[in-house]
Amino acid sequence: MSTETTPTKTVSDYEAVLNKADTAVASFQKDDSTLIHRARGVLRNNPTLIPALVLLTAVIIFGIIADNFLKIGALSTILKQVTVTGFIALAQTLVILTAGIDLSVGEILVLSSLIMGNLAVNAGLPVGIAVIIGMFFALLMGLLNGVLIAKIKLPPFIVTLGTFSIFRSLKLWYSGSESIRNADIVEKAPGLLWFGKGINLGGASILYGGITLMLLAGVLWYILNHTAWGRHVHAIGDDPDAARLSGINVDRTLISVYGVAGLICGFAAWIAIGRVQSVSPIGFENVNLASITAVVIGGTSLFGGRGSIVGSVLGAFIVQVFITGLSLAGVDDYWQMFAAGCLVIIAVALDQSLRRASQ
Amino acid sequence: MTQQPILQATGLMKRYGTVVAMNGADFDLMPGEILAVIGDNGAGKSTLIKALSGAVTPDHGTIELDGKPVHFRSPDDARASGIETVYQNLAMSPALSIADNMFLGREWRKPGILGSVFRQMDKPRMNAFARQKLSDLGLMTIQDINVAVESLSGGQRQGVAVARAAAFGSKVVILDEPTAALGVKESRRVLDLIRDVRARGIPIILISHNMPHVFEVADRVHIHRLGRRLCVINPKDYTMSDAVALMTGAMEIDGNKAA
Repeated sequence: MSTETTPTKTVSDYEAVLNKADTAVASFQKDDSTLIHRARGVLRNNPTLIPALVLLTAVIIFGIIADNFLKIGALSTILKQVTVTGFIALAQTLVILTAGIDLSVGEILVLSSLIMGNLAVNAGLPVGIAVIIGMFFALLMGLLNGVLIAKIKLPPFIVTLGTFSIFRSLKLWYSGSESIRNADIVEKAPGLLWFGKGINLGGASILYGGITLMLLAGVLWYILNHTAWGRHVHAIGDDPDAARLSGINVDRTLISVYGVAGLICGFAAWIAIGRVQSVSPIGFENVNLASITAVVIGGTSLFGGRGSIVGSVLGAFIVQVFITGLSLAGVDDYWQMFAAGCLVIIAVALDQSLRRASQ
Repeated sequence: MTQQPILQATGLMKRYGTVVAMNGADFDLMPGEILAVIGDNGAGKSTLIKALSGAVTPDHGTIELDGKPVHFRSPDDARASGIETVYQNLAMSPALSIADNMFLGREWRKPGILGSVFRQMDKPRMNAFARQKLSDLGLMTIQDINVAVESLSGGQRQGVAVARAAAFGSKVVILDEPTAALGVKESRRVLDLIRDVRARGIPIILISHNMPHVFEVADRVHIHRLGRRLCVINPKDYTMSDAVALMTGAMEIDGNKAA
């Protein structure tokens, strides 16, 4: 021993009293003292319940104040109106779960619908081939967003704001600012309009597009909750560094998320052609913001990692129920937008307060 | 000691621009031991640990696992070789459940077509494994492994992270400052946990600034100074103040004592 100091005791004395200490590491205060607390607990564990309850309440209220609202006609109109926004909201949900945002989804949709229309109607390709090529370009556009975000490390907002403009100018150049008329599609490529057909139910039709929306939502729900890729999408949005250290290939997952989002937009392009029965370069201008609105109202957090596909579909329905309901109740159009805006703010406020309660 | 080290590094060099983080650092870890790595801030111990866990690729030098040279290009490579690291920030996803976090990045898929075509995770099997590993380490005060990690206390989170490393780290477990953010009682649990992991035959590298904790659990103490290993001491032969003096350069090493 080179110094004369007495050896320090290796077991620290101050911990001796621990023998008598309470052995429980941490106990959880049961948060069920009042009904409100208990309700908050249930909502926190089942975040999809909130949009579901809001939707139910809205339907009941509009059913009372607007005479025609609960008729099958109005309900099938809502489903028709919601279809395209719903598809884009599904794509947007994937992106927002990774704490990203995609402002270019609407432009991808329109540009790929123009490609499908042009190839099928003007170039005379079979509808199936035209659709596949259109979806392929939609995938490429999504992948471009993903590569710029994951590899060049640019913020998603900036990247997709840029590609929004780029895709927008491309769509005007490609289409020469001209629409493809309904009569031409009916004559040369009726297959493009297939999703506008539907099953007749007591005087109102449920379009194949709406049914497909539900099917796709189910598929995505399964992927997000029952596959490793879905877990990784959540983990990346939650904490990208932790995800990387856990061995997740963050870059590849991010690129795949934007790619899949693009692909969904490409598929939605086909649905959109069926919905409006023509192809126009200036349609679906609002779908970008409408998709974000639906996702947020559906309870998915813009900060990533938390949210659900089902919530986004419900969110899209909530917005449309408000718009249709207010319109049937005779409220001016301006106030419909006003109501949608209020909904977004209330939804985020609710999300924040639940989050605080969980910390 | 004639035993073969399980993990050995020789002459590691790493330079960041003009900063030399490792300057010929050596390292060895014996089977079944707890080796503490201590060093002043900036001594390069975290770079050493990152090289061993695959987060940093050294410019020069060799790393051998079980006597065979290895070249880790990412933490995944190190993990595939059986080296698991518990990072100081734990690398857990707060919104995901305990079971999800334990399997993050290495999910098990269901057998048959459900797994191969539909990529379905085998949740029942993963949950059972997670529950088993947690109760092996006496951590089943955590009742429900499907609760989100964010609802756990700091000690419980550390416990889950250590259990994850112990469950998958077949060769070596690296713990970076496991008690730094914990209270007295929680630290005690984690130290017990570290001993439990050693008792299962897995050697541990423990990085810590907490001398009482180091001297309590470590079999040997690796003292890092100025980018290289200064010495390895047996905590039974030295005092904590000696260790601090060595680590800061206030005392020269006495060759005979080095373990």
